[in-house]
Amino acid sequence: MKLALDAVLVATLLVLALFSLAARQARASAIGFMGFGLVLALVWVRLGAVDVALTEAAVGALTGLLLLGATSLATPAAQPSRPLRLALAGLCALVAGGLAFLVLEAPDPAPSLAAAAVEPLAALDLGNPVTAVLLAYRALDTLLETVVVVLALIGIWSLAPDADWRGAPMVPGADAPSPPLRLLARLLPPVGLVVAVHILWIGADAPGGKFQAATLIAAMGLLVLMAGLAPAPKLGNTRLRALVVGGPALFLALGLLGFLVPGSFLAWPEGLAKPVIVLIEVALTTSLAVLLALIVLGPGARRPRA
Amino acid sequence: MAASSPAGYLLVLALVVPVIGLLGMSVTALIGLRRVEFVAFPVLVAGLAVAGAIATTVAETGEALTYVVGGWAPPLGLALRADGVSAVMLAMAALVVALVALNARALFCADDATPDGRRAFAFWSLLMGLWSALNLVLVGEDLFNLFVALELLTFAAVPLVCLDGRAATLEAALRYLVFALIGSALYLLGTALLYGRYGTLDIGTLRELTQPDLATHAAVALMIGGLMAKAALFPLHIWLPPAHAGAPAPASAVLSALVVKAPFFLIVRLWFDVLPGPPSLPAAQVLAGLGAAAILICSVVALRQERLKLMIAYSTVAQIGYLFLMFRLTAEPGVPAWQTIGWTGGMLQLVSHAFAKAAMFLAAGMIAEALGHDRIAELAGAGRAAPVSVFAFGLAGLSLMGLPPSGGFVAKLLLLNAATLAGAWWIAAVISVGGLLAAAYVTRVLKRAMATPPAPLATRPVALSRELTALTLALVAVALGLVPLQPFELLAIGRP
Repeated sequence: MKLALDAVLVATLLVLALFSLAARQARASAIGFMGFGLVLALVWVRLGAVDVALTEAAVGALTGLLLLGATSLATPAAQPSRPLRLALAGLCALVAGGLAFLVLEAPDPAPSLAAAAVEPLAALDLGNPVTAVLLAYRALDTLLETVVVVLALIGIWSLAPDADWRGAPMVPGADAPSPPLRLLARLLPPVGLVVAVHILWIGADAPGGKFQAATLIAAMGLLVLMAGLAPAPKLGNTRLRALVVGGPALFLALGLLGFLVPGSFLAWPEGLAKPVIVLIEVALTTSLAVLLALIVLGPGARRPRA
Repeated sequence: MAASSPAGYLLVLALVVPVIGLLGMSVTALIGLRRVEFVAFPVLVAGLAVAGAIATTVAETGEALTYVVGGWAPPLGLALRADGVSAVMLAMAALVVALVALNARALFCADDATPDGRRAFAFWSLLMGLWSALNLVLVGEDLFNLFVALELLTFAAVPLVCLDGRAATLEAALRYLVFALIGSALYLLGTALLYGRYGTLDIGTLRELTQPDLATHAAVALMIGGLMAKAALFPLHIWLPPAHAGAPAPASAVLSALVVKAPFFLIVRLWFDVLPGPPSLPAAQVLAGLGAAAILICSVVALRQERLKLMIAYSTVAQIGYLFLMFRLTAEPGVPAWQTIGWTGGMLQLVSHAFAKAAMFLAAGMIAEALGHDRIAELAGAGRAAPVSVFAFGLAGLSLMGLPPSGGFVAKLLLLNAATLAGAWWIAAVISVGGLLAAAYVTRVLKRAMATPPAPLATRPVALSRELTALTLALVAVALGLVPLQPFELLAIGRP
């Protein structure tokens, strides 16, 4: 039964991948790719990586929105020449085939740090080893990854016309939202927020955490903006900017405090690890939610004349 | 696993100081500042001090600096480490960034609340991100941590290319992004394979574990392939010339001098610290062969460019070629790589090219500001309009050609000796021809720049203080020619 389920998942994945590649219209390609992401999330669940599955699904929703937006703006480009396409396909097949072979050849059971990652959990007062990896053992990676997201946003802002760079971004569809969308934008956000807080809170002990929660909050925010219920914020607004950098800044500041107590950068004081980690997760969730929503909204733009 | 050194915290500061600047720049209004550059300069001073302290500590103690982040020892946690090579490069990066920043001040000084504030805000923020990323590449000891460094570097470097917002530079930036992301994906695939095989990503631990088997070689090959695209090694260089030529001159200087060196540095780490046993000679021949092709082909292409900045960008691709000769020239049976003259020559080439190329791009930027264009055919009069810049361009050119006195001369001489010792005559020939070609493309520009214009030119004055930053960089490239001609002890500190 499980084998049959896996076979169906893998077959669907392959069909969606081929559909995305072969679709003549960019829009169809993008939709196929979004479907691919959803099925991939299910595959992660089957592999026991629920944290990855949640992230895949959450990020897939936002990137899908971006891809769809881009396909509606972009003019259809000329197809690359046939030999080039064949060469690229050959190269991809070679890499994928090689990887498949190596993965099958890999030692079983694979050497892993999973056991070592579980051992200090009690001292950190955490139940989910993924959270311990992200906010204790490899906190530096997480800190710098959030800086990557900040840089991505700055890169996007730098694409604005000079006169509008501190202005509000354009929100697709906000000028004439459909009544069902307006209704949805009133009903859904409270539920979404509660779910997000739940995902964030249980992240300490079960699959879930800041990134998934932030994506959900960002999606709720975008829904409200796209339904025209609130105007998009001005990007030069100091409070907005403070929200953007607040999470990473607090994370960094607490990390530097670690030099004093207990004496090492990004180390948390004994007994206080859990509260510190929760504080950082809440701050990062807020910043990431704002960051992700702003990345989807894009650079400041001229107000379209009504 | 080694514990933290007493001064190991300096490594953390090298990463964190620019990040503090980056975060502060978004909220300048909150701290009562109107210009982003007012945040940049204190950060630059602090960062320079940190890099200087790391370099002097490593040189004085003769040992690598280590820091275990959060007290979580690898393989579970992350370590940072600066050996002799890293220390030299941290200092190099800090100096280049600081001098470029001094030059860039006049271009990116607008009030944050004005329309021109866009370029200033983006430039300084991205420069800070880029600096932190470079430092992490140099001190990271964990393959995934280094992946984060590469991501930081990509997202800081790509938007710098299209700061002026023209469609052509946007296209160049997108192409750069695609190459960089494919490179990242390949690197990440290799990293995952290595973790699956050995259960650790810490380079220090991997060094002890790696076996010469198919999985290891395939993983490292994938990673090196990805890094080659990021380092613009021929024939994966096609993204570089439009990107580096289209960026504002100070951004070009940082991109060409420092950013492409980061993936090369990681290839060196993988080659010498992760691959088991003596490196394979055929693989080294392939890398050196691509490097040789880069030197010959891209030098010729540089010679045929009509625009000064494009010429300098093609010269970058050619000069990167020299770095890849190192893999063949350090393969002496029975001798550790870092005791060969090929190692010293390669590292010296990296450092002297960084200073020379930064000088050249800044000088080209000043010349273009003075004349209002950078068409090589119409450069006549540049020698009068921006004499210091033209002089800096010429001095930097010495290093690219490999003429004394310059770091490039010593580097190329060492590489040439190493090639002769190794019996790799074809490499010796390529180094010599490459020098001649570089001489041709540099003198072509100088000849035009020193000529008298047919009609009096309307030129814009350029600030001497900004010209002097280019000159200082060029003088450092020259001064590197005074280092002793032996395997340089500093560059071997902390090697196993």
